Formats: sequence, C-alpha cells, structure tokens
Amino acid sequence: MEFRQAMTKTLAKLMQEDEKICILDADLSKPNGTKPLYEQFPNRCFDIGIAEANMIGIAAGLSAYGYKPVAFTFAPFATRRVCDQIAVSVAYAKQNVKIVGTDPGITAELNGGTHMSFEDIAVVRSFPNMIVYDAVDDIQVSQAMKEIMKIDGPAYIRMPRKKAQPVFDEDYKFNLFKADIVEEGTDVTIIASGVMVAEAKKALELLKQDGIRAELISANFIKPLDEKTILESIKKTKHVVTCENHSLIGGLYSAVCELVCKECPQKVVGIGVKNRFGQVGSYAELLKEYEMTPQDIYYAAKESLK
Amino acid sequence: MESIAKEIRIKTLECIASIGQGHIGGSLSIVDVLTVLYFKHMHVDPKKPYMMGRDRLVVSKGHAGPAVYATLCQKGYIPYDELLTLNRIHTKLPSHCDMNKTPGIDMTTGSLGQGLSCAVGMALASKLAKDGAYIYCIVGDGESQEGQIWEASMYAAQKKLSNLIVFLDNNGMQIDDYTKNINSLIDPAKKWESFGFYVQEIIGNSTIEIDSAIQKAKAQKDKPSMIILDTIKGKGISFIETVGVSNHSMPITKEQLDKALEELK
Repeated sequence: MEFRQAMTKTLAKLMQEDEKICILDADLSKPNGTKPLYEQFPNRCFDIGIAEANMIGIAAGLSAYGYKPVAFTFAPFATRRVCDQIAVSVAYAKQNVKIVGTDPGITAELNGGTHMSFEDIAVVRSFPNMIVYDAVDDIQVSQAMKEIMKIDGPAYIRMPRKKAQPVFDEDYKFNLFKADIVEEGTDVTIIASGVMVAEAKKALELLKQDGIRAELISANFIKPLDEKTILESIKKTKHVVTCENHSLIGGLYSAVCELVCKECPQKVVGIGVKNRFGQVGSYAELLKEYEMTPQDIYYAAKESLK
Repeated sequence: MESIAKEIRIKTLECIASIGQGHIGGSLSIVDVLTVLYFKHMHVDPKKPYMMGRDRLVVSKGHAGPAVYATLCQKGYIPYDELLTLNRIHTKLPSHCDMNKTPGIDMTTGSLGQGLSCAVGMALASKLAKDGAYIYCIVGDGESQEGQIWEASMYAAQKKLSNLIVFLDNNGMQIDDYTKNINSLIDPAKKWESFGFYVQEIIGNSTIEIDSAIQKAKAQKDKPSMIILDTIKGKGISFIETVGVSNHSMPITKEQLDKALEELK
C-alpha cells in the first residue's frame, strides 16, 4: 500500500472515533491523499490554500481551542518554509499540532532541488517539545499515527507519499518512542531511518556473503532517540553505521553522534547526503547519486570494521 | 469607561517603570480598546481563565504585553504586586504575551504576523464547537508588513468568519521610522475591504467609538470585521507622545513615572 493511503485510512478511522481531529492542507490534498477525508468529514477538513505559514498558525489556533489538527504539505514547506511558525506558534506555545511532511529527501524525485528537503529534520529537531518520526513503511505508519495522535503536543511526521518497500509484516507491533531491532547481529550496528531501513536490509544480505552479521536497528524516532536500544547494540558490536534519507548535518547521524560522543565515544560512519542540495531524478538514480545504495551501506559497514 | 482606561494607563506605566524600560508607545496606544473589550464586551471570568466558550483575545502585536497585563490586573486576573515583576527572570509576565505563563493570555505572540492566523484558527474552532464565542485580535500597522497577515485575512473572509473581530492599531509608527517612510499601508480600509472584511475606521483612543464599532461588527452575519483604530502611539502622556517613533521601546525613570501619573490625574 502507498504511505498516503495508509495514512488517510488511519486518519479516517481516528476521526470517526475522535471528533477533535482536524485536517489541514495547503493545496496539496490531492497529491497527499487526504482529499477523501473532505467528503467524509467536511466540517473538520480545511484546505487553507497555498499559504503554509497561515496553515501552521491556524493549526495552532485550533489546538489552543482543544482541537487536534494534522497539517499536511511537502516536507520542505512543512519545515523550513514555516520554521518560525513552528518554533513560536506551535513548539514554544506547546500546541498539539501534528505536521506531516511528505516526500522527504530523495523521495521528492522529479520535483527536484527546490522540493527536496535534506534539512527538514535538522530544522525541527532543534526545537524543544518537538517529536520527530521518520516513517519506514505503510504498516508502520498506520500504527505509528494512532500512537502519535495520543500525544498531547507537537510532532513532525516525515513520510513518502508513494508505495512503500515492505520492511515490517502484519505481526509488527509499533511501540511509541522505541526503535525496532529489524535483524539481530553481533559484528556491526546499522541504525537506519525512514526509507533507508529497506535499503539497509538489502545491505545486510551483502554483508552476510562476507560472513559479517550486522544488527539492523530502525530508529523510527529521531527525537526522542531510543538511546537504550541503540547503546546496548553499540556496546555489543563496537561498530556503528547510520543510514538516512537526509543531510548528515542535523539528522540521524548527528543525533547518534551526539549520543555516542556522550556515552561511548567512537567512530560513526554516516550514509546520507553530504552537504549537498537536491536535484531531479528517479529514486534509484538519486540513491546512487548521493551514495545511499545497499552497496554503499555495505562499504560503510566494512569501513567501520577497519 | 474613561476612568478605567486611565487606571489601566497608570498600571501599564507602573508595570514598565518597575524594570525601567519597555514597549511603552504601542502599549499605551491600545489601552482604550483593551478597556472596552475586557470591561464591556468580552465574555470572560478572571476566576476561570480557561473557561470553555469564553471570548478570546489574541494580541498579535505581542510586544504590547504590558498593556494587556495591566488590563488583566485591573480585571482581577493578576495581583498588583505581580504586575511589577515584568521581565524579571522567571516572571509570569514576559515582554511578549505567553499563554503558558500568564493566566488570561489566550495565545503566545511576539513573532509578528502569526497571531492573526491563530485567531482565524480559533474562530474556525468556535464555529465547529458552536459555542457562540467571539475571537478578537489586535494587529499592528507595522506588523501588517508581514505577509502572513494577508494570508490570514484572505482565509478569514473565505470562511465568512463573522465571529472574528480584528483591530488595527494604526499608530503610524514602527521601530525604524514612521510606517509611511518604511512601507506604507497607504489605505488600510480599502485593502481590508477588498479582502472581504466589514471595515470601520474610527478614533482609536475613543472608548465610545470603539464600543459602538464592536456592536456594529457583532451584527455582521457573513463577514469578518476589521476595525481600524487611528491611535496615537504613547497616547495619554505628553512627553511620551512627543518622543515619536523612539517611544516604541524607551526608558522611564521614577521621576518620569511620577510626572506621567500626575498628568493622568
């Protein structure tokens, strides 16, 4: 299933159960898949038009009144464009606003450099009170949204729109603020987030051919980071690689380095965008361009073992 | 009403003088509208500052905090002693309005342009809740240089938010100069009319005119209201008024405070 279908299906169910939930869009309800909710819940869906700053402010006002707004737009417009609105009207004001940034990083594909956010996590992660979740697949995002909506406070949900590469199966049980050990291993810890969990999973197969057993952790939350799960794994394997669909500045790599620096100083090898802007291309082409393929992850793991 | 406004002016000055400096000009210019709102129109209860269905005020020009605190003090939300803690570390009264610190403050503001969007969100929420509340919002004329003010205005009219009553503190000044010399609104009445608002322009420091304008605004059925308050920045105290644009944030000594209080008597 597509991420957006899973999200809309989940929200439709939640909105039936909770009449405080509202949806806000900035003229992207069709691409983001929220459009069907407007027919089902016409009073609680607001298409604000092409005015993201206004959308975030309106969401804060709805929240101040006791409603639970969920605001959707593409990841760059959901974060860097409305940075101060999130900082002041949402995070500092402690408002219960959920912001969904779609098509983060290279999943913006043909929309290219202007629409390709490699810095969205960095922008929102630095605000106190913010929670940052990077969705792995459709099965996870359905469960995660249910749990995140129970939090009385702001959160940033980062999610591609289109079809997910499956990582988790129907037996999966999402735990709020918990990382998942996707596969256990002893030689190197690979911590991945978002779509990079699927890519890292492929890298595990390559490493197995060399007799290397990597432990794959899906971080899920960049903030708060599940420090316990990550540290236990690093202390066991003594080697660590991070993989993210984001800049190495301010995202998962930074968050893990901040933790490792404090608790168990050592080398951390990062897979992610290295101080560059985006560009047009297919997902596969961009994965290659920014050195984020399973092969790249394989080399990174080998390097960490040196 | 006039005597209450005078009391609030005194308290505003005492509040700012307690730390020796602050946003005096833009606080004094809105004292009259605050007086009419809290002592005539707003359905609020100082004993229950978070009461559901209450009328709400978003002071989008958040730097006017001291005038709002003085009004809340006059109304019974804040004890007088607390009024004299402005901007002291860990105070409940920071220079810019903070809903999580001060009982009676309905929205956190200070980064200009954002408060009107929040008020639009509240007006939508009130319509959803069908609680019959009015949402009031005060924006500055300088603040209206922010694009978000116009994004919010467009959408308020689109959604026919007749429960939203906005005031423009049209005092003609901003930090760097007179607004006409920086980036003029030229004709704010025409602008907001063309945006779909019911617009009135009045003497903004007249409690009688403010009261009557709010009554007319409340009679609107399908339009948000804009009440343009032609005000004087620093209104009420001659030596502050004559300072002009420099009264946005200025020092005030004990002697000046005494002189000002004398003038108000």
